[in-house]
Amino acid sequence: MDIPAELEQKIDETITHYPVSKRSAVLPLLHLLQEHLGYISSETADWVAKKLDLQPINVLEIVTFYPMFRAAPPGRHHIRVCRTLSCAMAGSYKLLNDLCEMAHIERPQHAGHGTPFTVGEDGKFSIEFVECLASCGTAPVCMVNDDFYEGVNKEAAAEILQKYQ
Amino acid sequence: MVSLIKQPHPREKRMIFKNVDRPGWKTDIDTYLGDGGYEQLKKALTMSQPDVVNEVKASGLRGRGGAGFPCGVKWGFIKQDSPKPIYLICNADESEPGTFKDRYIIHQDPHQLVEGMVISCYAVNARLAYIYIRGEYPEGAKILETALAEARERGFLGKNIQGSGFDCEIYVHRGAGAYICGEETGLIESLEGKRPYPRIKPPYFPAVLGLYQCPTIVNNVETLCHVKHIIAMGGAEYAKIGRPNNTGTRILCVSGDVQKPGYFEVEVGSVTMGELINDMCGGMKDGRKLKAIIPGGSSAKVLRADERYKIKEKNAEGVTVDKEIGIEDIPMDFDTLAAVGSMAGSGGVIVMDDSRNMVETLANINEFYAHESCGQCTPCREGSLWMQKITRRMVSGEGAKQDPAVLKSVADNIAGKTICAFGEACAWPTQSFVAKFKEEFDAKAQRNVTPREVSDGVALQAGRPVLVHDHEVAAASAGGVPKPDAPWEVSNDSKSGEV
Repeated sequence: MDIPAELEQKIDETITHYPVSKRSAVLPLLHLLQEHLGYISSETADWVAKKLDLQPINVLEIVTFYPMFRAAPPGRHHIRVCRTLSCAMAGSYKLLNDLCEMAHIERPQHAGHGTPFTVGEDGKFSIEFVECLASCGTAPVCMVNDDFYEGVNKEAAAEILQKYQ
Repeated sequence: MVSLIKQPHPREKRMIFKNVDRPGWKTDIDTYLGDGGYEQLKKALTMSQPDVVNEVKASGLRGRGGAGFPCGVKWGFIKQDSPKPIYLICNADESEPGTFKDRYIIHQDPHQLVEGMVISCYAVNARLAYIYIRGEYPEGAKILETALAEARERGFLGKNIQGSGFDCEIYVHRGAGAYICGEETGLIESLEGKRPYPRIKPPYFPAVLGLYQCPTIVNNVETLCHVKHIIAMGGAEYAKIGRPNNTGTRILCVSGDVQKPGYFEVEVGSVTMGELINDMCGGMKDGRKLKAIIPGGSSAKVLRADERYKIKEKNAEGVTVDKEIGIEDIPMDFDTLAAVGSMAGSGGVIVMDDSRNMVETLANINEFYAHESCGQCTPCREGSLWMQKITRRMVSGEGAKQDPAVLKSVADNIAGKTICAFGEACAWPTQSFVAKFKEEFDAKAQRNVTPREVSDGVALQAGRPVLVHDHEVAAASAGGVPKPDAPWEVSNDSKSGEV
C-alpha cells in the first residue's frame, strides 16, 4: 500500500493520543485512510491491523459496523441526505429523489448497513440516505463530502450540485 | 436556506448559548479571553478538588444528555485516591433525533466546552480526557482541535496548567455514524477501538470500571459547559435558577411543524409547552392545528394534543395537590415531563400538526431504531426489525387486523429486557403511538390475514398476538394491488415521501 509520508506521520501522531491502548486508534486511522483513499479495502484494513498490532478481523468488524466507513469506492463527491423524522417531515425523501434525478444517479436503497449508497455512471457523485445529521431545526439537511447544507429545497440542491462539478 | 432565530427570544436566559449567534463573536481564544474566558478555570484551580465537586453537587445540575442523572452525584462515585488513572469523556455524539444543541456549542463556542472540561477533569482528578464527537461533525472536530491547540499554547491545557501543578490532556476522537455510541458504555467500547456494544451494568458503572477498566466519567457537552457557570456563580446561587430539583437552564431544540423552529435556552421549567410553541416558535405552520409532540428526542413517549394530563403541584400553602392540565400547560422540566408519562430527555422537541399521519410518523421512527440497534441483545435486534417491518406494511396499505396488537406485544417484550436503554428508546415510541393514536393504527390495519397457528412445531400461547409474516400478507393479497418495494416512500411526483 502506498501511504504518503505526510499521512503516515499524521497516523503515527494520532496513535500517540492513545497512550494506554493502540487499539483505540482504529477509528481515527480508518477516518484518515478513508479520507485519503475514498473507502476501506481489505488491503487497507490489513494495513491498519498491522500498524496497530491487531488481527485483521478486529479492523473489519469496525468497518462493517460503523455506517460511515465504506467498503466500496464512492463518487468523487459523496452526498449524504438525512432521512430521519424532522428532515422527512420537511421533505428529505423528495430531496433525495430530486438530487438523484438531477445528478443522474440511481436512488439508493433504504438506509442500511453494508454499502447503501449508489454511484453515478460518470463517477462524479455518489449518494447515501443516512440517519439523523443533528440539525433538525434547519431541515431538510444534507452533506457533500465534509460540507454541510441546511434547509435544502430543489433550487438549492441544483446549486449545490453545480458547485461540485 | 433557512436560518434559525438569531436574536435570543426575550423569554430566554442565555448562559451556555451566550455566544451563539453573538455579533462579532469568533471561535478563537483571543475572543474568548477578551470576554473573561478561562477565568473560571483559574478560580477552580485555587479551590480544592472536593470543593469543586461539592459546588457541582450543591448546584443540583442534572445531566443534559437524556437521563437527567445528577452530575455531582456521578462525580461523587469517583474515588479521588484511586490507584488507577481516572478518565473523563465528553459525550459529543449528539445523535438523538430532534436534538441539535451541542452542534452550536461546538461550532460557535468551543472554548467554553474546553474550559468546562478542564475544570471537570480537575474536579475528578482526571489527567486524560477525550471528546467523543459524532463522525458527522467533521468541521466541529477541526474547530475543537484548533481550540485545544490554542488552549495548550496558552497554558490552559497540558502540563502544569496555570502553574497549579495540575496536568491535563484532552484529545478529540471522532465516531463514525453509530447512534449507539451515545450510550456511555457503548461509547467507551468504541473509544477502546471495538464495536460499541454497551456493557452490562450494574454492578459496575463507568465511574468504577470505565475506559480501559479504569474509573471514568462520561458527561454530555452541555453538562460540562454548565460546570463553568457553576464555578462562576457558586453552586447555591446556580441552584436558584430554574425549579427545585430541576435547576439551571436548559436548551430546548424545536423542530417540525412550527413557524420558526430553533433553539432556546430557558430556565428549566420557566416556559410551558404552549408558550414554547406559540410564543417562541411563532405558532404552528400554515395555521394548522397541533396534533402531537415528542418532547425529549425521538425516543421520548409522544404526547397527544387533545389529552388531559395529571400532575402534582404545590399550592400556595405548600400542600401538594393533584391538578389536571392540557398539553400546552405542561412546564418543560424533568419532573413534570416524567409525571405526564414522557421525558425531558435530550431537549429535542418535535412538533406535529394535524396533517401528519401517526402511523407514517412511527414508521419513520422505527426505521431509525431498526437501523441503529447494535444487535447485541436479541429482543432489541429482532424486535426493532419486526416493528419496522410491521409499520412499513401498515403504511403501504397492507396492514393486518392484528398488527397494532402485535406492535404493542413486540415493544412490550423489548423494554426492560435489554442490556442498555436502547431497548426502551426503541420500544417507547411504538408503545405510546399505538396506545394514543389507536384509531389511526386500526384504520391502517384492515386486512384479514390468517396467521399460522403453529410456528416451527411449537404451539403459540393462547391469547398472545401472533406475528403476521410478510409472505402471508402477500398470499392474502394475491391478485390485489401489487406491493411497492419500499412502500412508504411515495413516488417522486407526489408531494410526499414526507410523513
